[in-house]
Amino acid sequence: MSTSNRRGFMKGALVGAMMAAGLISGHAFAADYPTAKVNTTGLAVTDSTVKVGILHSATGTMAISETGSIQAEKLAIEQINAMGGILGRKIEIIQEDGASDWPTFAEKAKKLLEKDKVAAVMGCWTSASRKAALPVFEKDNGLLFYPTFYEGLEQSKNVFYTGQEATQQILAGLDWIAKEKKAKTFYLIGSDYIWPRTSMKIARKHIEQHLHGTVVGEEYIALGDTQFGSVINKIKLKKPDVIYAAVVGGSNVAWFKQLNAAGLNSSKQTMLTISVTEDEVLGIGGENLAGFYSAMKYFQSQDNPENKKFVEAFKKRWGKDAVIGDVTQAAYLGPWLYKAAVERAGSFDVDKVQAALPGYTFKDAPEGPVTVEANHHLTTKLRIGQWGKDGQAKVVYTSDYIKPDPFPKGYQ
Amino acid sequence: MFGYSMADIGNIVVMQGFSGLSMFTVLLLMALGLAIIFGQMGVINMAHGEFMTIGAYTTVLISKVAASYGFTDYYFVFAIAIAFLLAFAVGYFVEFIMIRHLYKRPLDTLLATWGLSLVMQQIFRSSFGAKEVSAELPEWMLGSFKPTPDIDIPINGVFVMVLAALVTFGVYMFMYKSRWGLRVRATVQNRTMAGAVGINTAKVDRVTFALGCGIAGIAGAAFTTIASTGPTTGTLYIVDSFMVVVFGGAASIVGTIASAFGIAQAQSILQFFMTSSMGKVSTLLVIVTILMMKPEGLFASKLRK
Amino acid sequence: MTLWEKMKASPVLGGKEGVIGLAVLAAVIFVILPLSVDIFRLNLIGKYLTYAFVAVGLVMLWGHGGILSLGQGIFFGLGGYAMAMFLKLEASDPESTKIQSTPGIPDFMDWNQLTALPWFWEPFKSLPFTLIAVLTIPALFAYIIGYAMFKRRVGGVYFSIITQAIALILSILIVGQQGYTGGVNGMTDLRTMLGWDIRSDSAKYILYFVNGLLLFGAIFLSKYIMSSKFGMLLLAMRDKEERVRFSGYDVSNFKIFIFCLAAMMSAVGGAMFTLQVGFMSPSFVGIVPSIEMVIFCAVGGRASLIGAVYGTLLVNYGKTVFSETYPELWLFLMGGLFISVVMFFPNGLAGIWDKLATKYGWFKDKAEVAKKPEVSTSGVEAQVVLTETTETMLAADSTNTATKAPRKRASKKDTGLESSKMRGAEA
Repeated sequence: MSTSNRRGFMKGALVGAMMAAGLISGHAFAADYPTAKVNTTGLAVTDSTVKVGILHSATGTMAISETGSIQAEKLAIEQINAMGGILGRKIEIIQEDGASDWPTFAEKAKKLLEKDKVAAVMGCWTSASRKAALPVFEKDNGLLFYPTFYEGLEQSKNVFYTGQEATQQILAGLDWIAKEKKAKTFYLIGSDYIWPRTSMKIARKHIEQHLHGTVVGEEYIALGDTQFGSVINKIKLKKPDVIYAAVVGGSNVAWFKQLNAAGLNSSKQTMLTISVTEDEVLGIGGENLAGFYSAMKYFQSQDNPENKKFVEAFKKRWGKDAVIGDVTQAAYLGPWLYKAAVERAGSFDVDKVQAALPGYTFKDAPEGPVTVEANHHLTTKLRIGQWGKDGQAKVVYTSDYIKPDPFPKGYQ
Repeated sequence: MFGYSMADIGNIVVMQGFSGLSMFTVLLLMALGLAIIFGQMGVINMAHGEFMTIGAYTTVLISKVAASYGFTDYYFVFAIAIAFLLAFAVGYFVEFIMIRHLYKRPLDTLLATWGLSLVMQQIFRSSFGAKEVSAELPEWMLGSFKPTPDIDIPINGVFVMVLAALVTFGVYMFMYKSRWGLRVRATVQNRTMAGAVGINTAKVDRVTFALGCGIAGIAGAAFTTIASTGPTTGTLYIVDSFMVVVFGGAASIVGTIASAFGIAQAQSILQFFMTSSMGKVSTLLVIVTILMMKPEGLFASKLRK
Repeated sequence: MTLWEKMKASPVLGGKEGVIGLAVLAAVIFVILPLSVDIFRLNLIGKYLTYAFVAVGLVMLWGHGGILSLGQGIFFGLGGYAMAMFLKLEASDPESTKIQSTPGIPDFMDWNQLTALPWFWEPFKSLPFTLIAVLTIPALFAYIIGYAMFKRRVGGVYFSIITQAIALILSILIVGQQGYTGGVNGMTDLRTMLGWDIRSDSAKYILYFVNGLLLFGAIFLSKYIMSSKFGMLLLAMRDKEERVRFSGYDVSNFKIFIFCLAAMMSAVGGAMFTLQVGFMSPSFVGIVPSIEMVIFCAVGGRASLIGAVYGTLLVNYGKTVFSETYPELWLFLMGGLFISVVMFFPNGLAGIWDKLATKYGWFKDKAEVAKKPEVSTSGVEAQVVLTETTETMLAADSTNTATKAPRKRASKKDTGLESSKMRGAEA
């Protein structure tokens, strides 16, 4: 098949998929939905356009992670526009830079909601940025689609969480590794901030109470620290069956490189991490990761047709070297869920959109069908991927559907 | 003892000793360039970390080239040389357009070089993307060296160590055994006098600054083996570098070595017995306290004002 | 003597030009901005103005005292956190936190398995205590740092680097002790102060004006200090510390005092920040914000109090505008600003103004003075700016000022000496 042919074929397939995704109301025409009716609260919705904000860090330390989300959201929006937009209205993107600075996120969220009157915002990445922006969304009654897997303990009517909350990501993964590797002793290690700490708290309770294992060490690394010699020696002394890791950012790279160099590679040590996606592997290098496991809801290598289309479209739009991590995929869901919600509601009004989304199942999600629950989180599957040298993971385990439980009883 | 066998403890002591040494050499490599720039010239170069990043990106690029031409096994030699030359050249240029106008205002160089570091970070981001990248390491540098079955000595650690020793030796020879070093020291000690006896002090300054930057480039290249490369990687190192230099006594290279050793051992041991982030905080606190009591650092050499 | 003449003659206000400069700044902050921008932008400007407290403190500390602290974020943060602790406790009443395992304590404590309020949080239930703490805790902290360092004559670069390290330590500690501090998220979702909703538009207006008044208070206090004997000594100290010491003054005490004062001002700014923005986070404590605050001051003119305010406004406004339109370019611009201000305009905006004023002989006679304000209130901040001279005169190139300092001290009785006179002397 020649390149142009394949491209044409892919394009057809893509449009087909997008049509399927938009099935709920088929082709909507703006004329069927007069602006005065679908927009009663003064949002930036006209007869032909609707403004949607994208709020991520394009600069600063977090740009490393958030770039993928921006790309996925733009791709989704372009695809939605290509098939006619939402209720016949093309999406106009207003992009703001959070600059890796949490207060800036609050400021920009305020700007998007109060000055631009955007109908929805796709954005935030770290918990800190979400926590900073959240009061703004609640006060101005905005709508945020938040893509990152996070620590839970939150449920706002103004936010839809398209990533996993902690229990979805942690429990099934620990169950799997305990069964598969007959693991009894665990070493917990994470960066020193709220997400790893909360995750480790849940992990520890699960290990001690449900798996009847022991936590032989729990360690937190200052953000940005790159010296792991002592920590690695502590691990060697304790000889855990499994290292359970949630190290992020620049530290992550140093952690894996030094771990490997210290002789703890996958032939000697089992490690399950909840903070490594395809994005991180770029910096860590596949050779340092080979054989270790990640627990995520999505891997780029997934074999389902929806994902293949998505990967193809993503690479076509952002270059063949682009990789897609868990959060990038979750960010891709945001605009699609928003479109579905507006069409179910037949309105852009935030309250109606909020009410319309729970219960909706997005069948064409790259990760496989996901359902929005009443608590604004998604019911998803958990996957365990084993990393290869090429920087891609092989999915070795897929769980059943897991309901989101942001306030888990017995784990707090 | 504590449920561990003596053999276990012995092994850990060996490996912990090595990890302290390894951290020492990392800190030393970071700080050497700065010790020249700040210690000898009094220039507070806040963009020092970005010069390291130049070295790191150079290594990443060369590793890509090496992978496609099949000389991955020994590309590191080229990478280090080119990283040095590139950082040297950029440093030379920066000194010419910026630093030389600010020698009389040390605090202002701090602000100007901070600005420079922001600009450089954005240049990295625009040209290499915001995501972190990694240099593919040659096969021989992965894994560990095993003197006994239970002791692992990281090969990349040994590599950094050897490199640090070479660079330190080179700097020492340059500063104390060469004509250039003599001129540099003369200029530092008494600029007017040095000028009067025919030393081109402006040129000495430029080369000294560029040399410091070049060494930062080597450090950056070496650090691709142990840590990450991204547009803001340099900011991870800058405070540590300054602490090492200041703690050692700014104008003394021996002081820099001693202080890198002391800080590395303290941090390494504290991080073993405390949590990692508390270990770091305690080390910094101790340094600051000592500096408050002995502001000129461990090895101060008296300078004529 | 009319009021005008009295003000003009007042050494504190800095002569004719000083009075007009203050009047213009007051007009900008209290009249022009509130009338010309909506509450969203005004709230933003209010936020910027809280950084101006730090910048004003730095003018005294750095521009006049020659002490460059790269740790002013520490004090901004301490003040902000003290206020945030009070507000957080108020927002965490048992009713609104009933889903927690331990209701009545801040949410982040609950997440970190704390079951009771830590002892050092208890006093922050009281507003008076909090207000006192906002001022005294940073001052005390500054005193300890200052005492340890200035008594041993640590100065210049070393002081800068050590304050920077302290800022780093504090931010790692805040992030690491998240059960007590909220960690990297900071303290968010602050709502009311004694039942008064600080998120409402009316509250934002009130807080903006309170903030403006406090800022003017800080400026007046600084002006008063600068024009006193102490201010003169400070300058002399910056330029020739030994001579002052040999004249029998204990230099370190002056330095400690000015450091504490700058710390207190920063802390007030921090507290006002918390009130206006509704949260506090460790990202204001670390190295980067501390250095950025120095650049606000440098852009305005490191020796000009009023310039510092304009510098802060200008840089932050630029940051907001540019990061909205060209996020990619912002760092280039910010970096370029650092470089160019330091290299080409060491006296910042105030220096540029001063040159213009000298060149065109503004403020020579009353007739021109009367016309002046109209010219400068054209709305463009860069032009409004820069209305201070006494300070800017003293700024800058230390070799130059070194020779001037003794002269100034000699004519101390005459501290109100007109800037034009001094300028004449120099020209």
